[in-house]
Amino acid sequence: MSKPVVATAHFTGCFGCHMSILDIDERILDLVELVEFNKSPINDIKNFTKPVDIGIIEGGISNDENAEILMEFRKHCKILVAIGACALTGGVPSMRNLVPLKECLEEAYLNGPTVKSENTGIIPNDPDIPVLLDKVYPCHEVVKIDYFLPGCPPTADTIWNALVALLKGEPLNLDYELIKYD
Amino acid sequence: MTHHYREQIKNIANKYGNDRGYLMNIARDIVKELGYISEEVVADLADVLNIPMVQVRDMVSFYSFFPRKTLGKNVIRVCNAVIERMKGADEVSKAFEKALGVSFGETTKDNLFTLLHTSCIGLSDQAPGALINNVPLTNLKPTDIPQIINDIKSGKNVSDLPQSRVLLNLKKEGEVICAPMESGKAIRNALNMKPEEVIGEINKSRLRGRGGAGFPTAMKWDFCRKQKSSVRYLICNADEGEPGTFKDRVILTEYPDLVFEGMTIAGYAIGAKEGIMYLRGEYAYLLDNLEKVLAKRRHLGLLGEHICGREDFSFDIRIQLGAGAYVCGEESALIESLEGKRGAPRDRPPFPVQKGYKNEPTSVNNVETLCCAARILEKGGEWFSKIGTKDSTGTKMLSVSGDCEHPGVYEVEYGITIENLLELVGAKNTQAVQVGGASGKCVAPKDFGRRISFEDLPTGGSIMIFSKNRDLLEYMYQFVEFFVEESCGWCVPCRAGTTLLEKKLRQILDGKGTAQSLAELRRIAQTIKLMSRCGLGQTSANPVLTTIYDFADLYAERIKEEDGKLMTFDLQKAMKVGIEASGRIKEGVK
Repeated sequence: MSKPVVATAHFTGCFGCHMSILDIDERILDLVELVEFNKSPINDIKNFTKPVDIGIIEGGISNDENAEILMEFRKHCKILVAIGACALTGGVPSMRNLVPLKECLEEAYLNGPTVKSENTGIIPNDPDIPVLLDKVYPCHEVVKIDYFLPGCPPTADTIWNALVALLKGEPLNLDYELIKYD
Repeated sequence: MTHHYREQIKNIANKYGNDRGYLMNIARDIVKELGYISEEVVADLADVLNIPMVQVRDMVSFYSFFPRKTLGKNVIRVCNAVIERMKGADEVSKAFEKALGVSFGETTKDNLFTLLHTSCIGLSDQAPGALINNVPLTNLKPTDIPQIINDIKSGKNVSDLPQSRVLLNLKKEGEVICAPMESGKAIRNALNMKPEEVIGEINKSRLRGRGGAGFPTAMKWDFCRKQKSSVRYLICNADEGEPGTFKDRVILTEYPDLVFEGMTIAGYAIGAKEGIMYLRGEYAYLLDNLEKVLAKRRHLGLLGEHICGREDFSFDIRIQLGAGAYVCGEESALIESLEGKRGAPRDRPPFPVQKGYKNEPTSVNNVETLCCAARILEKGGEWFSKIGTKDSTGTKMLSVSGDCEHPGVYEVEYGITIENLLELVGAKNTQAVQVGGASGKCVAPKDFGRRISFEDLPTGGSIMIFSKNRDLLEYMYQFVEFFVEESCGWCVPCRAGTTLLEKKLRQILDGKGTAQSLAELRRIAQTIKLMSRCGLGQTSANPVLTTIYDFADLYAERIKEEDGKLMTFDLQKAMKVGIEASGRIKEGVK
């Protein structure tokens, strides 16, 4: 029987959740035995090459590229798991939602104290740069998300336990300390 | 900063003995004189009463009748509750906007008019209605509006307008509330008994509270009486704010003597010397007549010192006006409001019968309950207990509005089926009946055999009828909107939950919901019901919870599913600002 296929993606955030995945230490050897990785920053596979069983996503959705990749993940993955504060709520990057995007850009590139002289600033418009969205969206406002793991980041144990439970089709029992944050 | 209102404020506060407990009355008088309560006034008032500014600000910011900024000379409050909108309140609203050239929440440039919306003002049977300078206008038509504005501009009194007419609309008189009465008879009967025996008589009648919860009245009075204290209070809850309820309006207009008689008997039974009627601010126009009736009763020796010549029984009643907050109908919020604070419900226990008004034992009873109590002392508990059903004795005043031929107030025997009621009021082609107001239950035709009673379908009196050509869920959405507005904001499940519920329901109604949205809607609703602090929150999800199963088809037909992509997310729209701000061209984006 072929191994379950896992893909991961990082959107707008700090990559901390992926670090937390790597933080499973020596269990990473078990992981390699347990699953096969497809598109993921961990192995640097850029495109989906087959249907995926479990997609793990980190970060909020702040630009068109984020949104398109997330939609692609939804299309290719049977189960989509959002991990970490940014994916779940928008997190720290979503603090910009309090200020209209146009004002944000103007402050950063035209009027801010670090812009050298007047009338020389320009809001970046290279076609290769993703377009910022009006606000930072949590993943579940863009596509249907099947499971959520809270935390900033969720601990390696939380991620590991959740993944194993999902792969074995068993109920997930997380200790209180693993999901309680305050 | 010059505090040029200081003298006026001082005088007003003086009138109430500089008592912090009368903050509501003081604020009301200030609004009457100055038009609004600015931060400057808040500071002065706090200083005069020698209390922290935050206590004054906390209170005045809570009530919709205490404006914080200057309003026009004439304040127009158009009622936009559910039944009113069914009957054309939106068109009336538009006509007002057009005639005045301002939007809602705004004041005309000449400072003559301010245009506001308000929730139910107890006139759903003659909707659409409005309050102009607290005077009610009914059965408004969009075509009436320009003339109304012109008349007011030319100096005509609002109460002289042809639309300033509150119809009584008492459609069915029963044998408890609406029967003829002889003032003082019930009091004399009561005074011939010991207070314990009066409670015993009420116990025999098996009378239950008419506000909706149905707590046995005799038990409440008994608890209150048995508390060790030298001071006790009796409060009549006339803060009839549940959308679609207007039976107290009729009782207070037609049978005020019966209410005061009941209050006096209750005062005797529990051992109170002071009774307070908390009258909703929207009913301010009833105040003059109520005061007249009180004066008359004092003159007849039915109120005041030594009632009916009894040396050992003195009791008097004062009326406190509310200031437009739905949650104050909840008894502990009402008590907070009476003490001159914001109307936030208290934690219980202790219950009001233990520690109520001014921390003394207090019995809070509905207008209708007190009427029943008076009648019981007149005709006997035995007589009363034979009317109605086993667990719901007596009659119920129902406020019927919506899609029927004869909206109005009906006094019916408990146990009447929805089917019989619909026949009585001339409702045809009925899709659903909302029993118990916004916080009540939406009853589907399959359940029209159910009975109005505590054991089956309890209601404070509100019956709203929706015919088959109404978009029922849109009206449920309006109920949800109402709770977003009226939540006091204390606890998260209610404050945040009602807003989440509103957004999720809107999404589904707009055809952007998926099966997941429906599941989320259900989950939010259940959390609000389970986790909220008081009755307002716990019932605020009922418009959704009581339709999501019985009217599942109405939800299902709006649900779409598209590969897990959510209908609410519009990438093109989300990119628009970013593209415009950078002036770049992106293929496929307009």
